[in-house]
Amino acid sequence: MTSESPPIALQAERIVKRYPGTTALDCVDFTVHAGKVNVLIGENGAGKSTLMKILAGVEAPSEGRLVLNGTPITLANPREARAHGIGIIFQELSLFPNLTVSENVFIARELVTGLGTIQTGRQEAVTRALMQRLEQSIEPDTLVEDLRIGQQQLVEIARALAEEVSILIMDEPTSALSDAEAGVLLRIVRELTAQGVAIVYISHKLDECLQIGDHFTVLRDGRLVAEAPASEVSLAWIVEHMSGRTSDTLFRRRTRPAGEVVLEAEGITLPRAHGDGFLVEDVSLSVRAGEIVGIYGLMGAGRTELLECLFGMQLRSAGSVRLGGVELSSRPIEERLRLGLALVPEDRQQLGLVQTFSVAENITLAHLRALRKGIALSAGREREEVDRLIAQLGIKVSDPAQSITTLSGGNQQKVVLAKNLLTRPKVLMLDEPTRGIDVGARSEIFALMNDLAGEGLGVLFVSSELKEVVAMADRAIVMARGRITGEFAGDRLTEQHLAAASVLSVNSVTS
Amino acid sequence: MSAMQNASSIQRSPLSGVPIQLLLLRLRAYIALIVLAAVFAALSPAFLTTGNLIILTKQVAINAILGIGMTFVILSGGIDLSMGSIAGLCGMVAGWLINEGLILAPFGVSIFFNVWMVGLLTLVVGLLVGLVNGALVTRLSVAPFIATLGTLYVARGAALLISDGATFPNLVGRESLGNTGFPELGAGTMLGLPYPIWIMVLFAIVGAFVARKTPFGRHVYAVGGNEKAAALSGVRVERVKWTTYMISGVCAAMVGLIIASQLVAAHPATGETFELNAIAVVVLGGTSLMGGRGTISGTLIGAFVIGVLVNGMVLLGVSEFWQIVIKGAVIVLAVVVDQQQQRMQLRRLSLSSRQMSSRPPSRDPAG
Repeated sequence: MTSESPPIALQAERIVKRYPGTTALDCVDFTVHAGKVNVLIGENGAGKSTLMKILAGVEAPSEGRLVLNGTPITLANPREARAHGIGIIFQELSLFPNLTVSENVFIARELVTGLGTIQTGRQEAVTRALMQRLEQSIEPDTLVEDLRIGQQQLVEIARALAEEVSILIMDEPTSALSDAEAGVLLRIVRELTAQGVAIVYISHKLDECLQIGDHFTVLRDGRLVAEAPASEVSLAWIVEHMSGRTSDTLFRRRTRPAGEVVLEAEGITLPRAHGDGFLVEDVSLSVRAGEIVGIYGLMGAGRTELLECLFGMQLRSAGSVRLGGVELSSRPIEERLRLGLALVPEDRQQLGLVQTFSVAENITLAHLRALRKGIALSAGREREEVDRLIAQLGIKVSDPAQSITTLSGGNQQKVVLAKNLLTRPKVLMLDEPTRGIDVGARSEIFALMNDLAGEGLGVLFVSSELKEVVAMADRAIVMARGRITGEFAGDRLTEQHLAAASVLSVNSVTS
Repeated sequence: MSAMQNASSIQRSPLSGVPIQLLLLRLRAYIALIVLAAVFAALSPAFLTTGNLIILTKQVAINAILGIGMTFVILSGGIDLSMGSIAGLCGMVAGWLINEGLILAPFGVSIFFNVWMVGLLTLVVGLLVGLVNGALVTRLSVAPFIATLGTLYVARGAALLISDGATFPNLVGRESLGNTGFPELGAGTMLGLPYPIWIMVLFAIVGAFVARKTPFGRHVYAVGGNEKAAALSGVRVERVKWTTYMISGVCAAMVGLIIASQLVAAHPATGETFELNAIAVVVLGGTSLMGGRGTISGTLIGAFVIGVLVNGMVLLGVSEFWQIVIKGAVIVLAVVVDQQQQRMQLRRLSLSSRQMSSRPPSRDPAG
């Protein structure tokens, strides 16, 4: 380490970041080495993206400071970060679909003439050169909305390349890229480091990280848990630190006799919006009463989309879904709910909760018609059900009338769960049920899933965390690129098998 | 430690421990109303007379009924700019039915309805325009602003076309046709109060009941609060939105009837810019234009604030031009104050959650 310790470009010291209800980062030190690829690894919700946002000036840390080349700096906004030579490629595309490629590349730092008008020709020339560097034949005057999602990601990368940066943060830059495009990107990363640019690289694709990384940092639950140069890092090292040791005791799976098949899906297929392959391709699965089935896969494997197809949220999907023998595929969401299918979505804020509602109102929202007395809602029955669920799920709330936004992430998740349980489902689907919630609430959610399965509910859950799937599932399905690439149960249901299935399948598609 | 206890006491009850400024902000519409009334009562002896208060309330009724319909639309995240035009069109429909009857051209006869039937048919016309608005917004995905702006023009044009721009005068009906009694709606009284006031009370009670006590009302709030989450909870989002426009259409038609009856005439330009008054009273009443937050009672208070303000200024002899300026300033001020309140609440929220999250997890009481 001492022999070839590279100069430090940026040092984040004792960073703490709190959001209402959760602490996303807890006293994290992070070092960015100049001219190196600094890989940051962690499960979903480990705090990677939050840390990156702080480095890029998008968010301000609650505590701690940033030191750039030996001088402490504060970043009020991304513009200031850019002035310090820090650029970022966001995980969620931050492009303007209504503007052209070159307008996107030069947004907020347009090349202007003396009169203040935009030099469109020069901008397009620079953009064209960038596209050649990325080995793309995209015309600079194409509207971004007309591009494939992978091409859009490349435009985002071009935007970062157009700036003179000394530190470039890449948050899941290859999540939507084809293998050829990803290859080009990795070559460019090498070029940049050769020029002395420090790269901060975040990816769920561990093989990719191992291939390109010089220095590895692992975050877990908002804390830094391990740091090492590439020479000391292996896939086993990463998996060990990502998942941790202690957590295995957090939840225990109970084996129970599985009942009848309650949910049956056949040939579920969802084409991409731009007609460019499939998000979900010919997936068939079944869930029995009292069975917990886990779906594991890397980011972009199509797991969320699969659940959306099953729940009727994707109107372009094909295939058959049967619940207790009743065909659901042409039915709207409210009928699927009524027939006994429920979904706890991944994005709690966007899809799970009505933020203007109280805790109680959120819990009863999906089941109001059953809580009527005549035409009016019965306050008494509403209260009764809400109290019952708050007690059953252990929701920490002093008054059910308090605003949902005052609750912590874990308690908000329990509210979403309560809302779905109130509809008395036969099959409960949960998408990343423990995302962004603390360890304590996490094990409570798992205990609940266990209890529910014990009562004869079929449970189908999606997770990006190996240990969750291994600990919780009676049976696990692995997905990659929209297809099922493995199914494991019993003794074969191990972290190694699942990880191997998801990583190997990507490689096998590559080769 | 004391900070923590403070945080948890805030959670226990939404009002205990609330700083006095925030409490005042929340009750601002009521306070504004009381202050205004007190000021005008002090400055003008005529203000508190029974006669004036009844006139005032009659004026308020128009804005309040429009505002109640508008509240539903805005709560669901939409807007209805066509309410004034619907009121105008429906007044004309009523006048036409009374004076000319429903003309069945192929048979060369006109059918005259009694006034109850006229009223009902007019309300149905309002409902149908609302149906069109709802269809445009939900089925054809036209932005509510644009869809109802279009209807604003179409309905106004239709009102002019009915009579070729003329007024239907003298809507008293004829004994021989059995359709007398229309002016009674605007001029008649029950227990000393004019009918328009009773209608306002009825609409407010039904509106508040629907909003607060029925699944549909809850769904309206849910759609305005988070449309996607509502859809995933099985709320039929399209149907809910559609219904809100039908409600606003009926409310506008009711106003059209009241005005035509009060004037004993139907004029095609009636109700111009009424939709803006309706939006103003809704916003004054604390309803968020973003949807999801607001109450019928707030709208009622908003209507009274505007009504008292206008009435008082008239009594004090404030120039009509200044009245317009002051009305506008009051509306903007109301929204500024609303934003302040939300900012204060947010700050308190993040403060209390910060105190909670800084607790070590092991000390979580129920954990």
